[in-house]
Amino acid sequence: MKYTATIGLETHVQLKTRTKMFCSCLLRTGDEPNTNVCPVCMGYPGALPVMNRQAVKFTVMAGIALGCDIPRHSAFDRKNYFYPDMAKDYQISQNGAPLCIGGGVEIALPDGSAKFIRINHIHLEEDAAKINHYARHSGIDFNRGGTPLMEIVGEPDLSSADETIAYLEALKELLVYVGVSDCNLEEGNMRSDVNISVRPEGQSALGTKVEIKNMNTFKGIHAAIEYEVARQIDLLTHGGAVIQETRRWDGELGETQSMRGKENAHDYRYFPEPDLVPVELDEETIARWRAEVPELPRARRARMMSEYGLPEYDAGVIAADKACADFFEKAARAAAPVPGKTVSNWFMTEVLRLVGEGGGDISSCALTPEALAELLRLLDAGTINGPTAKELLPELFEKGGMPKAIVDARGLGQVSDASALQALVDAAIAANPKSVADFKAGKKAAAGFFVGQVMKASKGKADPKLVGRLVAETLSNL
Amino acid sequence: MEFKDWTVASAAEAMRNGEISSVELVKALIAEKNARDGDIQAYLTFDEDGAIAAASEADSRRAAGDTSPLLGIPVAVKDLINVRGQPCTCASKILEGYVSPYDATVIARLKAAGAVCAGRVNMDEFAMGSSTENSAFKTTRNPHDLSRVPGGSSGGSAAAVAGGEAVCALGTDTGGSIRQPASFCGIVGFKPTYGRVSRYGVTAFASSLDQVGPMTKTVEDSAMLAQALFGADPHDGTTALNPVPDFASALRGASLKGLRIGLPREYFVPGTAPEVTEIVKAAIAKCADAGAEIVDVSLPHTEYAMAVYYIVAPAEASANLARFDGVRYGHRSEKSDDVMSLYCRSRAEGFGQEVKRRIILGTYVLSSGYYDAYYGRAQRVRTLIRRDFDEAFGKVDFLLTPVAPTPAFKVGELQDPLSMYLNDLFTIPASLAGLPAISVPAGATAAGLPVGVQFIAPSFADAPLLACARAFEDTMA
Repeated sequence: MKYTATIGLETHVQLKTRTKMFCSCLLRTGDEPNTNVCPVCMGYPGALPVMNRQAVKFTVMAGIALGCDIPRHSAFDRKNYFYPDMAKDYQISQNGAPLCIGGGVEIALPDGSAKFIRINHIHLEEDAAKINHYARHSGIDFNRGGTPLMEIVGEPDLSSADETIAYLEALKELLVYVGVSDCNLEEGNMRSDVNISVRPEGQSALGTKVEIKNMNTFKGIHAAIEYEVARQIDLLTHGGAVIQETRRWDGELGETQSMRGKENAHDYRYFPEPDLVPVELDEETIARWRAEVPELPRARRARMMSEYGLPEYDAGVIAADKACADFFEKAARAAAPVPGKTVSNWFMTEVLRLVGEGGGDISSCALTPEALAELLRLLDAGTINGPTAKELLPELFEKGGMPKAIVDARGLGQVSDASALQALVDAAIAANPKSVADFKAGKKAAAGFFVGQVMKASKGKADPKLVGRLVAETLSNL
Repeated sequence: MEFKDWTVASAAEAMRNGEISSVELVKALIAEKNARDGDIQAYLTFDEDGAIAAASEADSRRAAGDTSPLLGIPVAVKDLINVRGQPCTCASKILEGYVSPYDATVIARLKAAGAVCAGRVNMDEFAMGSSTENSAFKTTRNPHDLSRVPGGSSGGSAAAVAGGEAVCALGTDTGGSIRQPASFCGIVGFKPTYGRVSRYGVTAFASSLDQVGPMTKTVEDSAMLAQALFGADPHDGTTALNPVPDFASALRGASLKGLRIGLPREYFVPGTAPEVTEIVKAAIAKCADAGAEIVDVSLPHTEYAMAVYYIVAPAEASANLARFDGVRYGHRSEKSDDVMSLYCRSRAEGFGQEVKRRIILGTYVLSSGYYDAYYGRAQRVRTLIRRDFDEAFGKVDFLLTPVAPTPAFKVGELQDPLSMYLNDLFTIPASLAGLPAISVPAGATAAGLPVGVQFIAPSFADAPLLACARAFEDTMA
């Protein structure tokens, strides 16, 4: 009997606002515990929540990017339950009227086809504090408590661990692109509750689902899904039944374990949050926010391929990071008539290498798109040669400035005068009879030696192509 | 001037004229408190040094030319309003030892105005009650008859002012907790329109109903305090953006002449003590004599108000009081060995009976399967109650009603929770509708027990309401 797996995710994404969801405490990581706190996020008597507009805006922008409908009216509710990481012992969340409805994202299947994974809704809530467990006690750090959390509730359209990871990758790329979250998995920016069920192939009714909560890494999620699907199939194959429960993934043992007894079905007793007025969005606001949603990665890749003549691979690498894509496009447009492919070659092999070595990102280097464009135009026009361009780039990267000014100031212009170069070729040949003998004996590589000598004599400024031709002609006439 | 005769207005003027300093006034208050509070039991704590220091600062500000109207005026604070560095017990064991790390907005505004926070007064635990008998610490007495309750939940506030051991006080009103004790103690108690005064720093009982308000000897005094307290607060998303009225000019030339005053027939029913009915009738007559037009109106859904309130308020309270769990502050049971028992024992040990009762009731009406029948339905009926008022205000300017069905009852007299709840019959509807309402002294029973009358106004008509109350107060002079 074959089985089909059904997977649905609830993904919690921490928004990168400056302050918390309901108070003006700063959102920071790495600080001493309980230092970015106030009466509101600590749930002190008399404290009241106040809405973070930026969090609402980010959620709506994410919804727009994901193709969701944005209702004009949205409201908050209290989700009541007791746990030490809950400052108020209720969480302010959204139950009946979330900020975004519907939407979805397309993923690429291994066979090249595409699959659309639907989203049920996206809502906004506050994150809980962080509990650290020690040998004999637990400590609660409320620095994280109150972080704006966007929850993306997906429909159970996924059928495998691979599809699930593709979905998460697609979400991550989109959310980082739109600029609403860093989606840094190690820092817990993006955590998912994974719901898994299996059913005999052909059966339409879904099987009993199991929930694995609060998973971070994609690797862990992949492994957990594969394990759990296998576990459920094994159970059913041997005549057992899957129990609806919450399980936890033990990465070390490589298995899911029942949390029965620890996580009872909660009655959250949702009711409208009386301390917050509903969110009423007008057309103008939504239009304004829509305009701030950047061109999304897929569309951008496609357009860059057609506009700049880039192959898919180049477009993929460059468009992966919005800042890089912005830089590249500025440079490519300014570099005309230099072909886009030339710009992308230089950008990918030279500029991105320097960025990687420097440890920063494209926005922190001194190189400007205009400088790169000018450099490539100078090269294309023959004003400088390749080696000179390669030499100048790191300097522009570190210190900024424009290449033409440097070339003029230091006289780095390419030497293309054939008679001047011929003189250097003759001199090199005269000075190295042994190499001439090698060449005549069949060592063709000796020609390269002479090219090198001429380049050296010209202090690197000779046109290497011209030198190569002159060396080849001269040697062949010997 | 005897201390008990000072009002906010007269004290402010005397201080302006240099007749008395704030330090002298506060010292006199402390002396009265020490002399009388043994009997009245209004105060829970009093930072005497702190109050005198604040008074001294007020005197310095005055010497430097500051002319703020409330400069140097001592204000007693109901013990659920956070004042930085002071306890805030909410009259509950669960907050014993808790010291506020911040000022409520109302306190910050009073301090900015130069007022002096002078003492923390008793209340029903977490504002749940109508007699102040639910305090975990002491039972406050009605200064007019020490065997009787001062009303609740702001009983300490009312008793301190009525008993001559405070010039004025802050109270809070959720279903009548300012107005009913004001009536029982013979003082003025004003509940503003919901949203007029910030709730930030005021321990929440029912979020959609709670309002802070002044409890004073005169309407003018209430207006002076309201002037400092009113206004939108970025810390409270439920405060209204309406501009703050100029109360002083609203009160100038206040007159009942030509006002249309409605008597909702559902508030004039058998069950109200005969002496209360008599006093309210006399008040109505005074209004008519002063030129008001008395109009019969109906608020047909009044009979459902109690049920709506005792579903909505406990529901919100059950969530608002969840934070008292022994984890971050307040009482933590020593008998617990895991998280669940820490919660259960701390709360069992810390909360009083009435609080537990309402938390359980509130949890029940929100629970799965019951939400629609109780909480959902109650909120919809609340809209109908609100509409009754809107319609009535199409015909009249204000409503006049009794405040409570009886005058102050004896300590220990009402044992059954439901009979205690009936005290709120006339005050609850205006709370549900978010309307401004005020209790003004209207007379006393043969035994000398005060009885007040309630005026209710349309939303945001706080200034006209105070003007009407002021005019009525004149007829009583």
